Amino acid sequence: MDRREFMKLMSAALALAAGGCAHPPLEPIVPYVDGRDEGATQGDPLYFATALTQGGYAQGVLARSDRGRPTKIEGNPQHPASLGASSPIEQGRILELWDPKRSHAVLHDGEIASWDELMTLLSLRLERLRPSGGAGLRLLTLSSSSLTEGSVMDAALARYPQARRHRYEPINQDNVHEGARLAFGRWLEPVYHFDRALTILSLEADFLGCMPGRVRYARDYIQLRRPDAKSPMSRLYVVECMPSLTGAAADSRLASPSSRIGDLAAELAERLASGGKTSSAWLETAATDLQSHRGRSLVLAGEGQPPEVHALAHRMNDMLGNIGRTVDFIQPPIEVRELAGDSLAALVADMHAGRVDTLLILGGNPVYDAPADLEFDRALERVPASIHFGLLVDETAGRCAWHVPAAHELETWGDAKAFDGTLTIRQPLIAPLYGGKSALELLGLLTGQLGFTSHDLVHATWLARFGQERFDERWREALRGGVVPHTATPFEAAEHLGKAGAPAAQPPTPGAPPIAAGETLEIVFRPDPYLWDGRYAQVAWLQELPRPLTDLTWDNAALMSPTLAARLGVRNEQIVELELGGRTVEAPVWIVAGHADGAVTLPLGWGRTAAGEVGSAHGANAYALRTSKAPWFARGLRVTPTARERTLASVHDHHRMLGRDIVRSATVAAYRAKPDFARKEADLAPPPTLYPDYSYPGHAWGMSIDLTSCIGCSACTIACQAENNIPTVGKEQVLMGREMHWIRVDRYDEGPVTAPRSAFQPVPCMQCEHAPCETVCPVEASVHDTEGINVQVYNRCVGTRFCANNCPYKVRRFNFLRYAEDTPSLDAMRNPDVTVRMRGVMEKCNYCLQRIVRARIVADRENRDLHDGEVLTACQAVCPTRAIVFGDLNDPHSQVRIAKSSPRNYALLGDLDTRPRTTYLARIVNTTEEEPG
Amino acid sequence: MSGAPEVLREYGQPGAAPVIQGRHTYGSITDKIADLALERRSGRSFWLALGVTSVLAVVFAVSLIYLLVVGTGIWGLNNTVDWGFMITSYVWWIAIGNSGTFISAFLVLLRQRWRSSINRFAEAMTIFAVAMAGLLPIMHLGRPWFAYWLAPYPGKMNLWPQWRSPLEWDFFANTVYLILSILFWYLGLLPDLATLRDRARHRWQQLTYGLLALGWRGDARHWHHYESAYRLLAGLGAPLVISVHSVVSIDFAFSNLPGWHSTIFPPYFIGGALYSGLAMALTITIPIRAIFKLQDFITPRHLANLAKLMLACSFVLTYTYMTEMFTAFYSADKFEIATALDRLTGPYAWTYWLTIFCNVVLPQSIWFRRVRASPVALLIITVIINVGMWTERFMLIVTTLHRTFLPSSWHSFVPTFWDWSTLIGSLGSFVLLFLLFARFFPVISMAEMRRLNVRVSGVDR
Repeated sequence: MDRREFMKLMSAALALAAGGCAHPPLEPIVPYVDGRDEGATQGDPLYFATALTQGGYAQGVLARSDRGRPTKIEGNPQHPASLGASSPIEQGRILELWDPKRSHAVLHDGEIASWDELMTLLSLRLERLRPSGGAGLRLLTLSSSSLTEGSVMDAALARYPQARRHRYEPINQDNVHEGARLAFGRWLEPVYHFDRALTILSLEADFLGCMPGRVRYARDYIQLRRPDAKSPMSRLYVVECMPSLTGAAADSRLASPSSRIGDLAAELAERLASGGKTSSAWLETAATDLQSHRGRSLVLAGEGQPPEVHALAHRMNDMLGNIGRTVDFIQPPIEVRELAGDSLAALVADMHAGRVDTLLILGGNPVYDAPADLEFDRALERVPASIHFGLLVDETAGRCAWHVPAAHELETWGDAKAFDGTLTIRQPLIAPLYGGKSALELLGLLTGQLGFTSHDLVHATWLARFGQERFDERWREALRGGVVPHTATPFEAAEHLGKAGAPAAQPPTPGAPPIAAGETLEIVFRPDPYLWDGRYAQVAWLQELPRPLTDLTWDNAALMSPTLAARLGVRNEQIVELELGGRTVEAPVWIVAGHADGAVTLPLGWGRTAAGEVGSAHGANAYALRTSKAPWFARGLRVTPTARERTLASVHDHHRMLGRDIVRSATVAAYRAKPDFARKEADLAPPPTLYPDYSYPGHAWGMSIDLTSCIGCSACTIACQAENNIPTVGKEQVLMGREMHWIRVDRYDEGPVTAPRSAFQPVPCMQCEHAPCETVCPVEASVHDTEGINVQVYNRCVGTRFCANNCPYKVRRFNFLRYAEDTPSLDAMRNPDVTVRMRGVMEKCNYCLQRIVRARIVADRENRDLHDGEVLTACQAVCPTRAIVFGDLNDPHSQVRIAKSSPRNYALLGDLDTRPRTTYLARIVNTTEEEPG
Repeated sequence: MSGAPEVLREYGQPGAAPVIQGRHTYGSITDKIADLALERRSGRSFWLALGVTSVLAVVFAVSLIYLLVVGTGIWGLNNTVDWGFMITSYVWWIAIGNSGTFISAFLVLLRQRWRSSINRFAEAMTIFAVAMAGLLPIMHLGRPWFAYWLAPYPGKMNLWPQWRSPLEWDFFANTVYLILSILFWYLGLLPDLATLRDRARHRWQQLTYGLLALGWRGDARHWHHYESAYRLLAGLGAPLVISVHSVVSIDFAFSNLPGWHSTIFPPYFIGGALYSGLAMALTITIPIRAIFKLQDFITPRHLANLAKLMLACSFVLTYTYMTEMFTAFYSADKFEIATALDRLTGPYAWTYWLTIFCNVVLPQSIWFRRVRASPVALLIITVIINVGMWTERFMLIVTTLHRTFLPSSWHSFVPTFWDWSTLIGSLGSFVLLFLLFARFFPVISMAEMRRLNVRVSGVDR
């Protein structure tokens, strides 16, 4: 074979390979362009605005596409829920898309069947149900805010008037909606304005960690947390059971079992309404603070708190004059015809009663996540025809007669509303990889519009909405920007709302007297910050991302306070039996400083049994204890220690600073009094050195990380993982201390273990000017480039690992084994700009060098210099609070220079004279006490 | 002469303890030692030892092959503790190698004639130990197949090693040391190889030893050149003993880590190297002396001398242990103090206290003449010292690495099966090589023994 022939064959093979596995969607999609021409050069990545939904709420994203392959998720700067940032979950969903374990085929009783077979069978069934108006036909879906799905569903139900739809989300907004109904007489959703609230009291509302709109809320919240700005700093009070991101951010946090929070809220409301004294100093301080910021304060309750607590919060906001200023109310963006819990309960009751003939499960995994008391799996056995539609052959798929592979959100058209109601038309990035269908296509069967694609249906919805005139233009504009302009749901006018009504005077349900020692315990269910309700269990990135306040990976645990653990006589990793209402589950203990005594938190989303190799058999299934009566917390928990253990893979074992100046912090008062408190000798005058300084005539890159802004969400870690093709290593390797994250988020606790003050510190490579790693590498694999970046030359690395030993920040990561496996679909996901590292080489952060190079190429093409902000590192781009600033230190006007000119600027371990290019801005808290910790 | 044993005394040291015991002539010395290599049928204990060590050598080979196939991850290392058993063993081996050169080179220069009985296998020990010390760090690399990148060779890419790295210095120090050790050992062997060639009765022996003897005929000119070359190499070797261990210590001292970054490291490591080298020399001498019945040539005086040297070294080490601790606290550096406290009381404190027991406390028993005179007691003590010296290096490496500046990244090191198998396998391979050497080569320098005989008794006869 000569060269020509070889090339011919090779190109043919490549074309086949490319055509065989991934191709662009059939319909035209519109790239998101940021001041650049659409016709980008071949090979350059394109970005497409679309949205990813969770719980029905849209999170606007820009998906990067490399020659038709979606490779990375970024936030959409134009989308109100994103403003350019995103949460770890959105980052992880690119891996969900490419997951090789996704369902590939229609299954009938576990055997491979065809789409046509299913259609035939279903058509016959529906034909038979038609005369009775579809009695016995049930649809079960997840919460949704999609206009198209709503109208298709309506059309379907119009044809089958006796059929019923049910919507269920395990982590739902029932309490929020019901709370608004108690206060205002109808189902509404609050929209908060944290950028206007100077005093915030959160009643177990994790608005930084798991509330719809959390990414946006984090940005808003941090607007008033800028100590260098003229504006005053807000103060955050949090009362919660299990420490959350919001609790960690709090200036004043009170640990309390979830069931007690209602009492506290009632007491506080009483105090605000009629004065007097409260039982605790904490409440008193909070009350005074709230009252002194009328109209600029905010009280909010979390989705786990009962409706009464929400109503109390609304009432307090009303009393404080906050409604219309720091909180507004809108019609729920998601469709709410009945509460999710009621909806599922009604369905299951009918299933048990044999009134369900054909059940279409169009999303969700109820066999796994339905409340235990409903016994969904037993009910399902009584349904003659059950069809499951999902990404994976999961627990529910295994119990249904039929399974249909679903297309991923990045593979289908759709539309969805953000937390504030803003609409996005979702465009796909790629044609379904595994022949999955969209739920809309499946519904076409009911509407008699079989053969319509999701694009046709979405198009039709929007044609009706936009009208014929200028439709194409508006359609393209909506796709391009990722939002339909001016579609945010209008706020309910205050006078229209009426006075927030007081809920019933008696203590909120379930009635909870104060806890005495020896009392029965309380169990609290919280969403896992990354696996959510369990739907992302197969996403290895999310499994391996350390949970912010437990540092656990690959497992959940029975989380409890040190005091409770001592009282129960249990230690970390000891398995305990949790018994609640006759149901039991076993989980290892993990002691969490700051957890409320008298309660055990068991995160939801674990203990999956059919989530593929990655997702199954990790953690304990909290749904086994969760009932429809008490979906968020319940009293009467009994904890029985066993003699067994389960090793838990925690990434950090030490959380004390031991008097080392690692995270430097001060109260805002102390900071204003002595602005340069964080500067130590080494920051002011670097020690002498024998080596001459290098000069950087061009660019000199640098980074600043604001510890006041960092909320510890770990989005940076996972964005870096996605950007830089960083492998996951699995639980065993994490246990051995070999996780590969290039930027980790350290947490340090100060103060007593019962009420610690936590501070987060993202630690990427510091890009030291005097890099200890460079002088010890015998082969010059670790070198400085001409712009000051300490680069790692993978090809040259022989793996002595001296560099890692000598790194004071321990940010170097070694490929101890062959972590980057060759899985074809995962290869397609990888960032083509970044080398995949082989076993035996060291790797680490390099300031996203590939992004600098890309930006430079663009600038060179346009014959101009790079301007500030043109290069965003992956961690910087994703950060909800913009804590990370990157740029050119040679540019006197760059953001990074401005950040570093703050008196709060300090170098971590600066007295080692490593002269890091990444420096920190000291953490400023707004506590009432003198000095934190 | 009477029936009383003829006692040869060291030239110039009347009254010193005997260097060689028994009635020996040129012939008897040569017969005794050459027959060990040429004629002696190997006994049961030899075959048993060979069997055991061969199995261990196989374990070593399997461990290394598995390492090459799977990767460095088979060991218990992690992103906090990047060096573990292998580097510990490396330092330990190179230190053991030290004593061979010390005994040969230093003692030659100092005209300590008693060293003639033991220098041959001390040198052999050096070579095998340095071979292990050379192999382990290469295998410890993430990509061992690129180890040659440390050498400055003219490549197309014009890539050069990084001269500021102590690992680069180490590469050179070790290579030079290994080459010199081999030359020194081989040069010393030449006259004996010629003797073996001349006495050999089998054709293959004649051929092999003949080739190895490089045409040595015992010519006066040969002896003249031999003498100059031997002294020259000894002169080169003596500073190498110092340099190689200084450089090994700089692998650690050059870092910025508390517990490593210390100027006492070069003398500390040299003292430690001598100490463990002498201990290993005794550990090997005592059984070999018994197995091959060499009591005439290796007398209690040799054992006692080595033991005394060892005792002296233990004081050097004791001093450095004290200095290390003192400096840590005196520095007032919180990181140094934390590391020092961690060594004293942390999770690996047992390694520190085991080190102190093995290397400081136990050797004090050598003060007693009865202990010095008892080969069994000395064997037990030296084995324990060897363990202690290995533990010391482990302690130095792991206690520094597992808790450095940022508590968030602290992580402990737990050895895996493969850590142990590689360690034990390397020990077995070392002993195997040594047994083979002892079987096929003269374990004591016949030439030097004969000369010793001449100088001491020539006048009397």
